[in-house]
Amino acid sequence: MEKDVAIIGVGQSAFVRGYPGSIRELCFEAFKEAVEDAGISPKEIDATVICSAPEYDKQRSPAGVIAEYLDLIPKPTMYVETVCSSSTTGTKVAYSMIKAGLHDIVAVIGFQKMSEITSAESQERMGRGADIQWESPFGTMMPAYYALYARAYMDRWGLTLDDLASVRVKAATYGQINEKAVYRKAVTMRDFEPSPENRLSEPVASPLRVGDCCANADGSSCIILASKERARAISKKPVWILGIGSASEAVNMSARPEFTMGLRVGIEAARVAYKMAGVAPKDIDVAEVHDCFTIAEIMAYENLGFAAPGEGKELIRAKETYKEGSIPVNVDGGLLSKGHPIGATGGSQLRTIVLQLRGEAGAMQVKDPEIGLVHNIGGVGLYGNVIILGR
Amino acid sequence: MGFEKFGRKSFTSATKVNKFVEFLSAGEIKGTVCKRCGRKFFPPRADCSECLSSEMEWFNLPERGKVLTYTTAFYAPFGFEMDTPYSMALVELSEGLKLFARVSKDVSPEELRTGMEVVVRPVTYEDGQVSFEIFKS
Repeated sequence: MEKDVAIIGVGQSAFVRGYPGSIRELCFEAFKEAVEDAGISPKEIDATVICSAPEYDKQRSPAGVIAEYLDLIPKPTMYVETVCSSSTTGTKVAYSMIKAGLHDIVAVIGFQKMSEITSAESQERMGRGADIQWESPFGTMMPAYYALYARAYMDRWGLTLDDLASVRVKAATYGQINEKAVYRKAVTMRDFEPSPENRLSEPVASPLRVGDCCANADGSSCIILASKERARAISKKPVWILGIGSASEAVNMSARPEFTMGLRVGIEAARVAYKMAGVAPKDIDVAEVHDCFTIAEIMAYENLGFAAPGEGKELIRAKETYKEGSIPVNVDGGLLSKGHPIGATGGSQLRTIVLQLRGEAGAMQVKDPEIGLVHNIGGVGLYGNVIILGR
Repeated sequence: MGFEKFGRKSFTSATKVNKFVEFLSAGEIKGTVCKRCGRKFFPPRADCSECLSSEMEWFNLPERGKVLTYTTAFYAPFGFEMDTPYSMALVELSEGLKLFARVSKDVSPEELRTGMEVVVRPVTYEDGQVSFEIFKS
């Protein structure tokens, strides 16, 4: 287990609907919090990696504009994109830049202003997040793709609609106590009883309902990474990057072998990250997983090795992934309740784990965690990053 | 040009396998097979990822298969709203091939099951677009 690169500062904006400012102003919020958290001057940052999903941005090549607003000119900056996993990919790039000895302190800024374009424009672009040549012509969309995984999984393993609802109930438990979450309301199993009054029970793409889908939001995140020497000199509580794993998958559904064992990118990224960190699933004390849909959290339990194939449902049934359970997962509300501003999500997940490992997670704090994990997926399991952090 | 006619709404103007659309219009669903190494592809590809040859020929796709998984969409992306609700399924064909497509309106969402035996047929929509859909066996 090498301790070569640390996270020394974390920040995120509140995740909101309809942020009343521009993307550069949105990024400033997370940047300011992270710089103050690290206790450094912005002038000490050697380079930035800016991350978002470009389909929502009107600004082309946003890295330059954001670097200028943060007064980071003439330090190098670049734009990195892997849709919903953009900012963990950016973190991997920043890690590599530091590990290679090119830079000592690198800031990774993820953002998304999903409300930048109208909902009709957004729907049309989201449909093109799939294989535009062979699948989008059928009218596909993200919930429909995850629904394919949900259907196959439920039919093989006996996962129920109530199990899926239970994942959302857990997310909402913590969304209520996370002041930066977009969805602050409680959710109960009764909210999923089919009825016109229960908006969460409305079908989106069967078997997934409105309540099974994450909350869109505007938001930003910032993670500041530093070399071993700089981290030890600057930071009282550096959190070390112990392992990083990444993987890719076929975009076309017909090129995927299997739909009942979760996402292959999750399995492969976890395998690489665990090996690099020299730890096993049982060593993880707290995790953030990519719950863009409720089914995605159940699959993540299994793909990360917290449960055997088909047994992910037992973890939620026994409340083992609650804060007091054996493996707390998404105790900040997750994508489901905290919200999912695409490019900001990975950085926000890292921030949550860093705060947990430092013992600074407030009402969401898990008891004395030493090793935490972030699982961040891009597209329909198209890209996957797993990052393991330790004190 | 030539690929605009594929599906309910195409996002691709041209591909080296444009001829797929002509076959569909003639009532045939075809994949490509590599002349050098024999690997079969569906959806069709112009280039073989196995041996990097671009010498491909067309073959008739097996029309029968089983539903691996499915969904019914109640919301739709821009440009597809008129079709809701509509179902889509992934079908396992013989020879290790899979096919993803719309399910025919003749199959109700309640009838759909994983493991269900189905056939795949070309379709022409009222606006002249061509595609293939999944029908009851």
